[in-house]
Amino acid sequence: MKAFGRVHKYGDNVDTDVIIPARYLNSSDPKELASKCMIDIDKDFVNRVKPGDIIVANKNFGCGSSREHAPIAIKASGISCVIAETFARIFYRNSINIGLPIIECAEAAKEIEAGDEVEIDFDSGVIYNRTKGTKYQGQAFPEFMQKIIKAEGLINYINNQ
Amino acid sequence: MGMTMTQKILAAHAGLEKVTAGQLIEADLDLVLGNDVTAPVAIHEMEKMKIQKVFDKDKIALVPDHFTPNKDIKSAQHCKIMREFAMDQEITNYFEIGEMGIEHALLPEKGLVVAGDVVIGADSHTCTYGALGAFSTGVGSTDMAAGMATGKAWFKVPSAIKFVLTGKPGKWVSGKDIILHIIGMIGVDGALYKSMEFVGEGITHLSMDDRFTIANMAIEAGAKNGIFPVDDLAIQYMKEHSKKEYKIYEADEDASYDETYVIDLSKLKPTVAFPHLPENTRTIDQVGDIKIDQVVIGSCTNGRLDDLRIAAKVLEGRKVAKGLRVIIFPATQAIYLKAMEEGLLATFIKAGAVVSTPTCGPCLGGHMGILAAGERAVATTNRNFVGRMGHVESEVYLASPAVAAASAVTGKISGPEELGL
Repeated sequence: MKAFGRVHKYGDNVDTDVIIPARYLNSSDPKELASKCMIDIDKDFVNRVKPGDIIVANKNFGCGSSREHAPIAIKASGISCVIAETFARIFYRNSINIGLPIIECAEAAKEIEAGDEVEIDFDSGVIYNRTKGTKYQGQAFPEFMQKIIKAEGLINYINNQ
Repeated sequence: MGMTMTQKILAAHAGLEKVTAGQLIEADLDLVLGNDVTAPVAIHEMEKMKIQKVFDKDKIALVPDHFTPNKDIKSAQHCKIMREFAMDQEITNYFEIGEMGIEHALLPEKGLVVAGDVVIGADSHTCTYGALGAFSTGVGSTDMAAGMATGKAWFKVPSAIKFVLTGKPGKWVSGKDIILHIIGMIGVDGALYKSMEFVGEGITHLSMDDRFTIANMAIEAGAKNGIFPVDDLAIQYMKEHSKKEYKIYEADEDASYDETYVIDLSKLKPTVAFPHLPENTRTIDQVGDIKIDQVVIGSCTNGRLDDLRIAAKVLEGRKVAKGLRVIIFPATQAIYLKAMEEGLLATFIKAGAVVSTPTCGPCLGGHMGILAAGERAVATTNRNFVGRMGHVESEVYLASPAVAAASAVTGKISGPEELGL
């Protein structure tokens, strides 16, 4: 499995309230949530984002509320992967459980810039910045999580057992 | 090498003699929780599963607390989905608004969580029950769906940070000041993926409500859970509220901790977290002159009876500053009733505050006290992220009930000492 796209870059502690504010949580429709994605941190994100694009952020991405609406909104926006130095733990679980690929890599998170074109190979964990010609080794998932990701989420994984 | 308190509870629920940090396990669940925002998504996920019946109708708790009483048509639809699911699945612990409360105040009060339990909830503040010596942690809706269907959840066994609390806190220093101090010290990702284990003789000076507040905000340091040892006070609380059998787990003497902090509670001062992160803390003597537009006292963090008593002590015989909106939310119907019987609500209303039915409401910018652009609130809630209580250009300052109540009188961020208390 591979991802390729242009990067949207953010800093530390991007919380789930700015990813999808509570005033929009009266909906659980992925398309509707995607139309408000990142609105309180980056108003123009919904206009710029294209299918396959990648979010790169620094530490503690997805902190705060457990709302699964946050990774759902990101996935439904067309984002193919989120790279961060670290993820908040509930966001990390939620992403795996709904099949949104995420990858931890401190160097990539630091050096990749907004607008760079980046390729990710999920099997090897290699992140390749086509714009700058730099390569990074992201942290591979434990086998158990890989199985959930391969099944495209926890529900399918349990159904297949 | 021994196990931490959290590791012991997880090992017992995974049917293992021993677990170590980093190990992936599958644990049996004693309770699965959801609310009107997260449960509808979980119910939708469960519809896709082969298992269509919940694993145990007595071990699911569904609480409509976020956007209730229904704030708009879409929220009403979500509550309806949850209500119909509860009826259809004959869920024992579904609480309609007349008997409800904010979930994390309600569940311990109803006796649904006791020491030694493993609880997941599709709400990040599920970590609150660590005050009772339970392992409880927030998850998302898909985990909730899988938990409702199978009665199990996967966990990565966490390592832990030990906080040794010593000394007796000063008059106006509460659980909120202690946890804000800790978050200020270690940062909003200071305990990422880890347990926060609170120990030490200082705990004997903390009420159960203080402990609930501290465990509640473990997530604001990124922690998986926060947990307290089970002492006589916790046992007394469980005996008063629950018929469930509790089980006491203690950390091994040779348990390994990533870090240990010793905190002398007698040295702490009332503490305020400035926008836009709970780690931006300052002690009350360092806040400067910050005028405010709104005060919110309530939430799963600080809407319990002790919190209301403290706020009433400060507001008794005083008036809310002119032009300031002060909104007080008892966290459950039982707390509301007790506050009424004790005359606390009369004190609030006479002072010029409004008192609302229990709801998460303004804490997450849902309803009942939304901020306009440029407005500032002092709140006893748990998060002060950008736009958390309303407009993206509004600001939230997190504080204890004592500081919030004193600020309500002066119209700026103030400690009770400023009122001569």
